[in-house]
Amino acid sequence: MAIEVRIPTILRTYTDGAKSVNADGATLSALIGDLEARHPGIKARLVDESGLRRFVNVYLNDEDVRFLGGLDTPVSDGDTVTVLPAVAGGGR
Amino acid sequence: MLTISRELVDKIIAHAWADHPDEACGVIAGPAGSDRPERFIPMENAERSPTFYRFDSMEQFRVWREMDDRDEEPVVVYHSHTATEAYPSRTDVSYASEPGAHYVLVSTADPDNVQFRSFRIVDGVITEEDVRIVGG
Repeated sequence: MAIEVRIPTILRTYTDGAKSVNADGATLSALIGDLEARHPGIKARLVDESGLRRFVNVYLNDEDVRFLGGLDTPVSDGDTVTVLPAVAGGGR
Repeated sequence: MLTISRELVDKIIAHAWADHPDEACGVIAGPAGSDRPERFIPMENAERSPTFYRFDSMEQFRVWREMDDRDEEPVVVYHSHTATEAYPSRTDVSYASEPGAHYVLVSTADPDNVQFRSFRIVDGVITEEDVRIVGG
């Protein structure tokens, strides 16, 4: 068993084009660490010194992790983590 | 080049006016790999701002999953500028996250001259493209 991580198009350069990859960890933070070991470079696209990057959305199953415990959110086998870059911009 | 129906162009412009002076935003989905914008999906601007837009994260999750289930992709990502021209701002470029999408910008800054333009934004580089409006 493992946790499925769904990868958006723009980050698939780190996963050899795979739409979804497996990783392990007891928390989202540990999961991202494991993801980095398997797909070097991806972590910096998801987190910075202050935590989850502001314009990256991460969902545990059907919920935005910002409404759960952020990087401390517990994850377990069978969960699905989905990464979606925020769609944002503006005139100024 | 973006090829899009008159009906969808009208819907995007109507959405831009409905939310003016706040920025309006949304997606037009199409079959994956087809480059055909077909299904109009107006999105909520979670920022409700005249100078910024951001899709609501939960709405985006539902819409992206629905596209996945239907084997669709975001062919067009559109938003409006309500006080500036229809050209990608630095903010637009820095957050552009769908390299395969046509980024459509509408400007409602001048009611007598509504601009509708389309761009590719890949790796920070803006490329304007022709828009071919068909039908209607």
